[in-house]
Amino acid sequence: MSFIQRGYLEEDELPPKPSEERLKKRNVAYIECPQEIPCSPCVESCKYDAIEMKNINDTPKVDYEKCTGCMRCIKVCPGLAIFMLRLRNGRGYVTIAYEFLPTPKKGDTVTLLNRRGEVVGEGVVTWVLPPERNEKTALVTVEVDPALIYEVRAIKVNV
Amino acid sequence: MRLTKHPILEFKRGREVTIYFNQKPIKAYEGETVASALYANGITTFSRSFRFHRPRGFFCAIGKCSSCMMEVDGVPNIRVCKVYVRDGMMIRTQNSFPNADKDIFGMIDSIIDRFYPHGSHYKKFNRPKALRDFVTKQIRNFAGIGNPPKAVFDEKGRYEEIHTDIAIIGGGPAGMSAAIFSARFGAKVTLMDENPFLGGQLVKQTHRFFGSGKHRAGTRGIKIAELLRKEVEELDIDVRYETKVFGIYNGIIGAVERDKKLLKIVPKKIVVATGAYERTLIFENNDLPGVYGAGGVQTLMNVFGVKPGNRGLIVGSGNVGLILSYQLMQAGVEVSAVVEAMPRIGGYFVHAAKIRRLGVPIYVSHTIKRAIGKKKVEGAEIVRLENWREVEGSEKRIDCDFICVATGLSPTHELLYQAGCQMKFVPELGGLVPVRNRFGETTVSGLYVAGDVAGIEEATSAMMEGRIAGLDCAIKLGYGGDEAVKLRNEIVRDLKEFREGPFGERILAGLKKVEVEA
Ligand code: SF4
Ligand code: SF4
Ligand code: FES
Repeated sequence: MSFIQRGYLEEDELPPKPSEERLKKRNVAYIECPQEIPCSPCVESCKYDAIEMKNINDTPKVDYEKCTGCMRCIKVCPGLAIFMLRLRNGRGYVTIAYEFLPTPKKGDTVTLLNRRGEVVGEGVVTWVLPPERNEKTALVTVEVDPALIYEVRAIKVNV
Repeated sequence: MRLTKHPILEFKRGREVTIYFNQKPIKAYEGETVASALYANGITTFSRSFRFHRPRGFFCAIGKCSSCMMEVDGVPNIRVCKVYVRDGMMIRTQNSFPNADKDIFGMIDSIIDRFYPHGSHYKKFNRPKALRDFVTKQIRNFAGIGNPPKAVFDEKGRYEEIHTDIAIIGGGPAGMSAAIFSARFGAKVTLMDENPFLGGQLVKQTHRFFGSGKHRAGTRGIKIAELLRKEVEELDIDVRYETKVFGIYNGIIGAVERDKKLLKIVPKKIVVATGAYERTLIFENNDLPGVYGAGGVQTLMNVFGVKPGNRGLIVGSGNVGLILSYQLMQAGVEVSAVVEAMPRIGGYFVHAAKIRRLGVPIYVSHTIKRAIGKKKVEGAEIVRLENWREVEGSEKRIDCDFICVATGLSPTHELLYQAGCQMKFVPELGGLVPVRNRFGETTVSGLYVAGDVAGIEEATSAMMEGRIAGLDCAIKLGYGGDEAVKLRNEIVRDLKEFREGPFGERILAGLKKVEVEA
């Protein structure tokens, strides 16, 4: 079984991970887009030449050293396949694109889901880019257990 | 059932009006179709079938399947998914007694059928003539479709002759792109669409598009529709709304504008961009109200802001099925599962991942066996497939109150046939498509195709095809010079690159069968 039968990536299918050192510096774009599809807005949006793609059908690869964490790519990705990751003071931070109602607020506690939609814990929202600032796609950063930054891929807002 | 809040869309409803459903007053808003107004009021059964009097609701919601016919202001057999509400409008269910919800004909039907099986009326009651006349009349009564209109048509006939450079049929992504790119270089363009708005199926695409930024990737479909519309306006293109083209005769187009005016359009070039319609799927009870086309649900939900139900099963995991699942969840509707007959997800992985991480199961190598319910969908039974055969004992009941069929589209090819284009059946392109060159010109000189009618693909490629066709028409008419030629060739190259990945393989294989040298 591969991701295209399951609809999610298994650990061994994940793209290379940025070093811990890099994760501690600032946000880094982690792109889970393993299939050749005709799509390239992520590359076009990156002003730092950090995403490589040979042609429009190639899969994107991030140079984690060049990536400045500017979030341009995550704002436009139509596949919602980009996540910003970060480690700070012993805590993990995952930023995801969010297109549901209600938009969570800073300080809210939300349910954390993994790629299979299973609940893996709770996290606190530490930053929100409101939907009206990004053509209706909000960005939400949640603080999580540092061991979970490669697990948490969706949130459920508890209403 | 009406949506008030939505993460992407804003629903601007018109003035409140009252329509009458089987004489009962119902609240509706101007700008809504009769079908969506009825649906918003919980009415899902619109009529009964001719035979067996089985309940009928809508399926496609864009006027292509005829399953939503009702009597409107005394005129029978009107597709209510295409008719907009008006204050005081009288809507009646047809082919049923006393109404489509409780229909005693259904009972009589099953009894009659036991004694006089299907087709026997051709042989029975033929003599004497008096008996035949009497029986024929009764059968027609039962069959519903025999009711003559009660209203009298009192419009004055009007007529207009239009001379133009390029006539474009269909105002979706392909048609609008063709119009814009030819008008930009000075061509005189007439753009026709059967709807009262431009945009085609873009108007329900709330997701951001794929492709490259140059071709508007990263922008939502609804936003693209808006941008294109604006440009059409700015370019002074002659747009004919609610205009149905009925034929192309020797390069001259016959059409009817707003059901009232006959148009004769004499163009130098024609671009046909009529899009596609949804296929259905064969399974037990697939005609129950609650079994809908994926696009039909998108229209109801994203254009008219009406929820299709509370919990849906999606059949088909192509991009349409996956995107629809996500859109349903955005509207607050649960998705119980996505089933896919192939052993792999058909659409883009990233679309699948979006719904999977929100907990929606995707069953590959599974199909729907039957819809459960009497008058409307109350559940579904799915079954596992092995080598395309159902595995006995693997049936599973899915809890849902509607089912979306997202198993593909077929090109709306009828006009091309009628115009005399050479057609070919190409499964890779979705069905019957015309033979054409790489600019979209068919075997009928001066007649072009672009978008889904040329082969089912993405809206992004439809826009590129539209631009190419529009530019080529303009160039052949002497507009644009080298600049237009350069632009056209560049887009041809972009489109080629777009199709070079694994998802383009099928399309390229299909194009090989129909593309001829320019
Ligand atoms: S976050 Fe900014 S720098 Fe990093 S890959 Fe995305 S666009 Fe490039
Ligand atoms: S924009 Fe998103 S979906 Fe498109 S290639 Fe980049 S990561 Fe993949
Ligand atoms: S024609 Fe009205 S639902 Fe298909």
